[in-house]
Amino acid sequence: MTQPLTIERLSAHYGKVQVLEDFSLKIEAGELVSLLGASGCGKTTTLRLIAGFLEPTGGTIRLGDQDLTRLPAHRRNIGLVFQNYALFPHLTVAENVGFGLKQRGAAVPERAARVAAMLERVELTDLGDRLPAALSGGQRQRVALARALVIEPPLLMFDEPLSNLDAKLRVGMRAEIRQMQRANGTTSVFVTHDQEEAFSISDRVAIMQAGRIMQFDTPETLYSRPANAFVARFVGFENLIEMRVLARKGDLVEAEAMGGARLTLSQVEFGAIPDAFVLGARPEGLMVVGPDAPGIPATLGLRSYLGRAYQYLCDSAVGPLTAQGLLGAAQEVGSAARLQPVAAQCCILAPEA
Amino acid sequence: MKQPLHPALIAFAVVVFFFLVAPLVIILGAAVSDTTFLTFPPKGFSTRWFVKIFEMAAFRRTIVTSLEIAFLATGLALLFGLPAAYALNRYRVQLPSWLSTVFVLPILVPEIVLGFSLLKSVAVGVDMPVFATLVAGHTLIVLPYAVRVISASLSSFDFSMEEAAISLGSPPIKTFFTIVLPNVRSAVIAAFILAFITSINDVSVSLFLTGPGVSTLPIQILAHVEQFFDPVIASVSVLLMVLTVGVMAVVELTLGLTFLAK
Ligand SMILES: Nc1ncnc2c1ncn2[C@@H]1O[C@H](COP(=O)(O)OP(=O)(O)OP(=O)(O)O)[C@@H](O)[C@H]1O
Ligand SMILES: [Mg+2]
Repeated sequence: MTQPLTIERLSAHYGKVQVLEDFSLKIEAGELVSLLGASGCGKTTTLRLIAGFLEPTGGTIRLGDQDLTRLPAHRRNIGLVFQNYALFPHLTVAENVGFGLKQRGAAVPERAARVAAMLERVELTDLGDRLPAALSGGQRQRVALARALVIEPPLLMFDEPLSNLDAKLRVGMRAEIRQMQRANGTTSVFVTHDQEEAFSISDRVAIMQAGRIMQFDTPETLYSRPANAFVARFVGFENLIEMRVLARKGDLVEAEAMGGARLTLSQVEFGAIPDAFVLGARPEGLMVVGPDAPGIPATLGLRSYLGRAYQYLCDSAVGPLTAQGLLGAAQEVGSAARLQPVAAQCCILAPEA
Repeated sequence: MKQPLHPALIAFAVVVFFFLVAPLVIILGAAVSDTTFLTFPPKGFSTRWFVKIFEMAAFRRTIVTSLEIAFLATGLALLFGLPAAYALNRYRVQLPSWLSTVFVLPILVPEIVLGFSLLKSVAVGVDMPVFATLVAGHTLIVLPYAVRVISASLSSFDFSMEEAAISLGSPPIKTFFTIVLPNVRSAVIAAFILAFITSINDVSVSLFLTGPGVSTLPIQILAHVEQFFDPVIASVSVLLMVLTVGVMAVVELTLGLTFLAK
């Protein structure tokens, strides 16, 4: 029942505007994959293409060994959960949930039994006779989920299903969705622009920008080993410093940044370092040390208190940087210091062409 | 926590109420007057003027004609107007913005002019039968109302509901009837009533298009008052009102009930 989703070289246009370009993605059977990206990057468009509400101008979409590309939307058998729930306001909760079964010609008793079982699963047993208008946001979200799940589709898709809920409910629903998806082993696509949400719920995440996938990997890999500057910035490597290697000595690499700052980096700690590279560092990956220690020379600017450390906006020869310093050693604005990279919070990127 | 109403507000409401109700009372009174001329307050009480309407063949005929035309024109207006309103809203982003204006243009053209041009082009030019021309003319004047009223309701319709239904296996056309239509039902009823009333009361377009042997009730009333000044006019007006209210009630009830029976 669970099937892989294969998207190959998909492209899509709205009028003359190209929204997706050469978009390929393979989702394994039973996997939950998130599409993550800023507003307008084409996440919803991708879902609409898979669901069949939009015709691609090129490429193919396959579910298992079935080619969906030219199949009409109502024959694709995909469970969809919308951001605004899209419940049918003139039907009761039970009728909403039973809608898909009715389309499939399920007999009335069977339908009633399956709807009841599904309502129990989403803990809405007592609300079957209500109209959607008389439900809270969280309850509506459950109905939407139940309505999509009850048809037992081989593919489930969610378009920012939690963005209308308050923070606490969001975390709870997130876990619920994940549990149900696991229990059924349904291949799923989850759209969000919330990085934490994507990382916590997904097996793998596709980070998108302007209609293209920038990196498709497990959350762990994305978080610690971004493949390019865009993804690096996205996962919090705020400082990107272009460098080139001057000399190599065993594991040690001596590298120089623009403006002459020199660093000695160990390939055991940082991984393989090419001759030209970009050093990515989270704020906590640049440690503020004394002006005589090795590191990037900088002038400390605005200091903010983070609880576990101080964060400084710094000026340096390579441009503005964000670094962190120990609580015990608060530094004054305008004092000179050096910034030392901490390997665990840094990454090495190939330079952008 | 009820606020006491301001006396001026009450007085204002009474005046408005009076202006709304007075014509009805006067016509109703005049219609049952036991006199041979139109008068208010009525002298005596008689229902003979109502009987008289049905004794006059011209009235009998035009009542039927008016009803036929009103039903046909309203039906046609909904038949064209509903899909038009749907398309205008469903494909709002793809369609040019002036397109929805096209559907209100007939309202902007003075009805007299509309009637006259229809007479020149369709009745005389194409030599279309009088009845068909009347239906066409009435369809044209009520179509904008149908499109506007249904459009207003569809503009707040969330079309992702339609996509949800389709994704659950409901074919697009079926989805229109099971998901879209039930949610704009009251607008369709309102459009029906508005179109029907507009058609059955229309004078200006019908004036040009009525021809030998085929006339509508308002035109017949007009012809009648040119010659007579008896209470028949008042009783016909009452009848017209009763018909209109009756149709409204039937539409509300049947559409309302079929919806419940679904
Ligand atoms: N119907 C449309 N006609 C023209 N352009 C459109 C249409 N729908 C979306 N777009 C454009 O296509 C691009 C991708 O839109 P899409 O809705 O896929 O973004 P998204 O990633 O889902 O964003 P969000 O997070 O805001 O929902 C955007 O630049 C948007 O302006
Ligand atoms: Mg979107």
